[in-house]
Amino acid sequence: METATVTATATTPAFIVTPEEKPRHIAFICSKGTLDMAYPALVMGWAALGNGIDVTIFFTFWGLDMINKNRVDHIEIAPVGNTAMKMSMMGLDTGNLGIPQIAGVLPGMTAFATKLMKDKMRALDVPTVREYLQMLSDAGAKLYACKMSVDMMGLKKEDFVEGVEAIVTAGDFMDMTAGAQIVFI
Amino acid sequence: MAMREIAGHQVQVNEEGFMTDPQEWTKDIAVEIAKAEGIPELTLQHWQVIDFCRQDGMASGKAPTLRRITTAAGVTTKEMFALFPKGPAKKVAKISGLGKPEGCV
Repeated sequence: METATVTATATTPAFIVTPEEKPRHIAFICSKGTLDMAYPALVMGWAALGNGIDVTIFFTFWGLDMINKNRVDHIEIAPVGNTAMKMSMMGLDTGNLGIPQIAGVLPGMTAFATKLMKDKMRALDVPTVREYLQMLSDAGAKLYACKMSVDMMGLKKEDFVEGVEAIVTAGDFMDMTAGAQIVFI
Repeated sequence: MAMREIAGHQVQVNEEGFMTDPQEWTKDIAVEIAKAEGIPELTLQHWQVIDFCRQDGMASGKAPTLRRITTAAGVTTKEMFALFPKGPAKKVAKISGLGKPEGCV
């Protein structure tokens, strides 16, 4: 393997990168299908790639919705049971006041909360889940679907967005991530 | 902050090696930094991106993020990772004499 070393001379800058070091590798396990939980791996994966770190993302269970062609644009967030979601998210000066659970079950509340969150992200120029996956894939991140979940949900490779490399088992995931940092989401 | 000699010029750099004054930058400094970053030669496409980044960076006051470059410079993500492997936005900012790009996208 060709390695490149740059030896320091009197005029060589001291901030040389020695490429022989093994690159860092980070793996994200995406197991959730709600809008708030879809983003962490995408944002951090992009940051990792931007720092020269190799990225692997393993989608399992509800996380399959993120890579499912028919679901990726319809990922939602519900206020019900979500005590972290406060009224102040709507821009009201209500401090720590939460959204009453009984209001959360009303038809339309999930769509409302979802739209609210999507609007906030658009205002910050945050890409959609679909766009993020394309960006990550283009930047070299490896995306995989969990075989067990795929079988359970009756899905096929054709159901997934472009960029998903393969459907792999948990054992395969262990092989692929030897030495990598693993983040479970 | 320290002074470093790059391509025969004395420039100010921060502890990570990013230039702190974009006005001190010259093209041969870019070539030198690129070599140190593992890019032995800068092609026309490299320069296209560097020129965009300097323009955008000087106009907005901050180095462009990778997404900014791919949306506004007419270069795709794939091309960016091919031109400036491993951390393209950071690399090109360094080569262009700008600070480290901030922002999560």
